[in-house]
Amino acid sequence: MLQITEGSLAVADAVGKCRPQVIAAYPITPQTHIVEALAEMVANCTIDAEYITVESEFSALSACLGASAAGSRVYSATTSQGLALMFEVCFNCAGMRLPVVMTIANRAMGAPLSIWNDQQDSISLRDSGWLQFYAEDNQEATDLHYLAYRVSEDHRVLLPSFVCFDGFILSHTYEPVDILSQEEADRYLPRFRPFQRLDADDPISFGLFAAPDYYMEFRYEIDQAAKKALSVFPEAGREFAELFGRDYSGLVESYRMEDADCALVAMGSLCGTVKDAIDDMRDAGRKVGLLKIRTFRPFPAEEVKKALSGVSRVAVLDKNISLGSKGAVALEVKDALYGSQIPVHDYIIGLGGRDVQKKDIARVVTLAEEGKGDLYYGLREEVLK
Amino acid sequence: MNDKAACGLFDSGHRACGGCGAAMAARLMLDAAGKDTIIVSSTGCMEVFSTPYPETAWKVPWIHSLFENNSAVASGIVAALAKQGRKEKVIAIGGDGATFDIGILCLSGAFERGHDFTYICYDNEAYMNTGIQRSGATPYDASTTTSPAGSCSFGNKRPKKDLPMILAAHGAPYVATASIAYPPDFKKKVEKAVNTPGPCYIQVHAPCCTGWGFEGEKTIAVGKLAIETGLWVNYEMENGVVTKVKKVVRKPVEDYLIEQKRFRHLFKPKKNEAEIAKIQALADRNAEKFGIDIKLKT
Amino acid sequence: MALGTGCTARPGKSRNNRTGSWRVFRPAFIHERCTSCGMCRIVCPEGCIGENEEGLPVPDYDYCKGCGLCAEECPSEAVEMKKEEK
Repeated sequence: MLQITEGSLAVADAVGKCRPQVIAAYPITPQTHIVEALAEMVANCTIDAEYITVESEFSALSACLGASAAGSRVYSATTSQGLALMFEVCFNCAGMRLPVVMTIANRAMGAPLSIWNDQQDSISLRDSGWLQFYAEDNQEATDLHYLAYRVSEDHRVLLPSFVCFDGFILSHTYEPVDILSQEEADRYLPRFRPFQRLDADDPISFGLFAAPDYYMEFRYEIDQAAKKALSVFPEAGREFAELFGRDYSGLVESYRMEDADCALVAMGSLCGTVKDAIDDMRDAGRKVGLLKIRTFRPFPAEEVKKALSGVSRVAVLDKNISLGSKGAVALEVKDALYGSQIPVHDYIIGLGGRDVQKKDIARVVTLAEEGKGDLYYGLREEVLK
Repeated sequence: MNDKAACGLFDSGHRACGGCGAAMAARLMLDAAGKDTIIVSSTGCMEVFSTPYPETAWKVPWIHSLFENNSAVASGIVAALAKQGRKEKVIAIGGDGATFDIGILCLSGAFERGHDFTYICYDNEAYMNTGIQRSGATPYDASTTTSPAGSCSFGNKRPKKDLPMILAAHGAPYVATASIAYPPDFKKKVEKAVNTPGPCYIQVHAPCCTGWGFEGEKTIAVGKLAIETGLWVNYEMENGVVTKVKKVVRKPVEDYLIEQKRFRHLFKPKKNEAEIAKIQALADRNAEKFGIDIKLKT
Repeated sequence: MALGTGCTARPGKSRNNRTGSWRVFRPAFIHERCTSCGMCRIVCPEGCIGENEEGLPVPDYDYCKGCGLCAEECPSEAVEMKKEEK
């Protein structure tokens, strides 16, 4: 059913329909509307969940970890500083192979303090073992939650996931979203079947320590599981498409790439702006295309390599910066294209919520054509002296 | 409770030091709680000596996450069990480091929210697993590696944090202190705690032969001396009111201190009367506060 | 060999570690003096003191670390620590 709704509320609706048994909530801008909406659903018995108002994000994810280990489907949401506070627990969840799903309303990392959007927060956890999915619009943000539970809980994967959508840009904007009914949701997402759980009838010890003669093998197994998601995610996406017509089976998505000269690469809401910019540029005769990356972890290197094989240049838009090095997406793209001669230009853009408009995208393409890359786009004059 | 079982629910083959107070606490706790218990452990001695992959000494469901979050993990488990309609009891267990210091955030939150679980702190009065460093539970003048006695120091400068009172102030319905020196008393308290709805706390004194410096066979004797000198008080609180206290015919604190290498600097090279007097004053204050002195008829 | 997914393990494996090898002193149980109070079994940190049909304590020397708590706490002096003969 199509509704015009705020991104956060659409996400909260989808989460509720995924039937989590335990929700751990801590407020942080800009995800707070999600947990508030879920609290209302619990207060009105619209959903049947235990709602724990924890005392910090660290405790939120810890509570989710415990509840998941006890065999319940769980949920939390966070961003930026909150996600950073969960750092330790994130590695723990993935290591213990618990299929927690968290919404990340992407926000810049302090210092300096910023409540506005960029993707530094989730990207900074790219080593943690969590799967990472990035939404272009609120429809995708909503639908990705169903997929995330499906993929995470699959016994071939058993890894937690982040569903990332840009803070404020998506979370606080109103868009038309097709909301699934509970019956439709149940058809796609079955009840949680834990692989193993804390149970007095079949006692297991969870979270042993691993000495040097075993640790590496556990890390290998997690990595293998993350890579398994490269095939499990498209499977889950195809099933979703069959039921509801919206196709998320691509780990990446190409837009007007067939004869593209310059390929832009981006994740998240930027893709919407880029698509509009491409349409304008195409009308003016410029052969530009977009490679949208939907899953950042596991990174779809094969798909990226294939999609970019025919272009003359690549312009990566990075809403993040690995300080002292380059943008994270550009580094992954360069690695995927290793051995090819295609130049990859990195543009650090839109940090801390700085607006990115169609004209900026066009300018980036021009810079790429001039061979000028690996720069911060649109800095104020005063720092460039 | 099954006194007849040999190793019960905590298997032999664990790697605790010979004479370990914490190992005793684990066995006694499980004896009292029974098999329908989920244990949530912090990182620490008990976790490390019982679960080196692929070995585990636990015969009940057990989970270890991080050093400081067992209360938060337990909160999630309690919520999950409630939703699933299951009856297992949840016991979060941690050492004094995990409980008094790094875990205080999660502990306070869990108690404030009133989850139905029991928290047991095995108090060996320092971060023992990492090699005997000072914690908020380390007693005054104890020598640890981060509060060593030296030419300008008498050891730990602060008294023990009064955590039982702090948790009682959170509204915990049942708070108790216990000691492995009195096993049936500890077991009774565990049984009471797991059967009392709401967040309950037991702080069990677990003397550490390796960290305190005495022979493993003396673990219980040292634990008894702690109580007989008034430096540890066994008591129960219900809804914030002290209801039971173990009374003693008090011995001077010296009798306890002299048994342990961590207080040796108070006796060698010469006896430090001033510092011992301060420790005696702490014991006297405990005695007065809790009324532990048995008045002998003269 | 498959690992316990997420670093898990089922009960029983700690028994592979026979801690009896740690022993320097070995407890000898003198049944004639024993009153079956059960104290040794309660205090043993290893839980390795079983009991026979008569209710008398029987230690499992595979796991006994020789800590001496049973001897120290026995009210009837029915346990004596002796240097281990290897």
